[in-house]
Amino acid sequence: MASSFINWIDQRFPMTKMVREHLTEYYAPKNFNFWYFFGGLAIVVLAIQILSGIFLTMHYKPDAERAFASVEYIMRDVPLGWLIRYIHSTGASMFFVVIYLHMFRALMYGSYRKPRELLWIFGMVIYLCLMAEAFFGYLLPWGQMSFWGAQVIVNLFGAIPFIGPDLAVWIRGDYVVSDATLNRFFALHVIAVPIALLGLVVAHIISLHEVGSNNPDGIEIKKNKNPETGKPIDGIPFHPYYTVKDIFGVVVFLIIFAAIVFFAPEMGGYFLEHNNFIPADPLKTPPHIAPVWYFTPFYSILRAVPPMFGSQFPGVMAMGAAVVILFLLPWLDRSPVRSIRYKGPIFKWSLAVFVLSFVILGYLGLKPTNVWGQFGPWMGGADRATVVAQICTVIYFLFFLTMPVLSRLDKTKTVPERVTS
Amino acid sequence: MMRICLAILFCAISGISLAAGGSVELREAKINPSDAASLQRGAKLFIDRCLSCHEASYMRFNRLTDIGLSSEQIKQYLIKDPSVKVGDTMTNAMRPADAKVMFGVVPPDLSVVSRSRGADWLYTYFVSFYKDDASVTGWNNALFPHVAMPHVFWQEQGVKILQHSDDGKAVLVEEVPGTATASEFDRMMLDLTNYLVFMGEPAAEKRKQIGSLVLIFLVLFAFLAWAVKREFWKDVH
Repeated sequence: MASSFINWIDQRFPMTKMVREHLTEYYAPKNFNFWYFFGGLAIVVLAIQILSGIFLTMHYKPDAERAFASVEYIMRDVPLGWLIRYIHSTGASMFFVVIYLHMFRALMYGSYRKPRELLWIFGMVIYLCLMAEAFFGYLLPWGQMSFWGAQVIVNLFGAIPFIGPDLAVWIRGDYVVSDATLNRFFALHVIAVPIALLGLVVAHIISLHEVGSNNPDGIEIKKNKNPETGKPIDGIPFHPYYTVKDIFGVVVFLIIFAAIVFFAPEMGGYFLEHNNFIPADPLKTPPHIAPVWYFTPFYSILRAVPPMFGSQFPGVMAMGAAVVILFLLPWLDRSPVRSIRYKGPIFKWSLAVFVLSFVILGYLGLKPTNVWGQFGPWMGGADRATVVAQICTVIYFLFFLTMPVLSRLDKTKTVPERVTS
Repeated sequence: MMRICLAILFCAISGISLAAGGSVELREAKINPSDAASLQRGAKLFIDRCLSCHEASYMRFNRLTDIGLSSEQIKQYLIKDPSVKVGDTMTNAMRPADAKVMFGVVPPDLSVVSRSRGADWLYTYFVSFYKDDASVTGWNNALFPHVAMPHVFWQEQGVKILQHSDDGKAVLVEEVPGTATASEFDRMMLDLTNYLVFMGEPAAEKRKQIGSLVLIFLVLFAFLAWAVKREFWKDVH
């Protein structure tokens, strides 16, 4: 009965074929470690965000007069509304936690190298969409940080020469962030960007399953096949091996997720900013405007570049370049090996310094530029934090720009034939 | 844009510290969110003393059932206006235009003030009023200089004046004693702070209760998931 029903479907839709290709006969390397949980976790968070988002949309009002009140209505009067809202706000930050770790994995094990360049580019476009999604979504609670954060970011587009001011008006739909802006950001947040995200995730996975997964050794498992079965010797079927392993990973992740949602939903003001509990007031600029933590490394780069010829445009360019340069990674890395395990000391040190700079930039982006005081007259009294951010910005770009040369000079180890456990 | 914002920030900060004549350290508000009696006293204080000028327009009266009051008690002891129903939100009759004339500003809605300010700030603010003949209301606040709000609890606290200690810190010294003792007044302000924190997120206690159960479930599930994983992976070498 069951098999005849499946037959009926298979004659009309390639169900069994797809299950085989993507689950039961998709061979993944058997040596995945901790870092390989985050791709699956990203899909889990995406599902959490879409589901919780649907329920929020049922009660939220995208109207400048009523948006803030409707969020409080969700927090108080909608049954378990507070839970749905906290799941969504925690999910936003956790999405970036997971994605940053996922990208760091790719960086460590060279997962972007040939033939996975397009896989990496799809991933980068997903990251861009995620930034857009987070930015649009952050306006919706219509608190002070929502409003002024959006104001500052949209003004960045205004810094582009010639077309900037018109472009900023076009994005806002008004001369200031207003009801028109809120309405269009709502549309982009709940329809436009999620559709793009879902499509890109499908493309990312199809592309992954076409080329096969990389692994901590950076070895192509397809090169070593069992002559009888034609299956990779170091590969195991994704289902059941990695499905059961990922279920465990998901549950551990959910423990962390639930601990935040139920016991620290504000995360000390990092996930939900204190000032965002004040309704948006276009006449009152908050003393300190900081983006949410996941944008702050790039915000720091923006602030680190001084205005030139009376224009903020160079800073905006640097911030854009900091994201764009990641797209070029597959062509910047010329090392004969993929994985950090067989790369030399130059890569290990430069990766460590790069990550440290990125974290420092992220920290400084949360703080006002005078957080560490000023240097003495010998430095012209410059803000210490600004100088450190400038050094970190230079390191950020040097990591990529020196890679074509350094990756060839670096001493590499011999890559084994088979994966190590 | 950012530079202008930051410039405003610096002016604001230096203005505050100058006016206060030194920094006012936040006092820790030792409140217990599960102390129903404290929350009920705080609710009564809030409704009697704050609600005539401020509103809490996202907070419904009947949400006070969460702190152990019945609808009858709320109607009998807390709602003064007979036209207000127990399911209504905590609003007042003052028109914003009138408020502007009286105070210079519209008193802010206090529904979520504890979430933007924090408990320690609120508590410190309540105990930091002092007499200032230079101000319009005759009152000033060491934490929030030139605040438009007068000292609502001056009869209980008495009259304080601002003096500076040798290290430049602002100290409030009693000029006229109040009807309440220092510890009674302190308790009142802690009750009020406790209530404001409750009002900022009425679901907070329930959230923690549900959270414990969710975490217990997930931890048990994690053991199960780990056992399943280990069983399946026995044949991977």
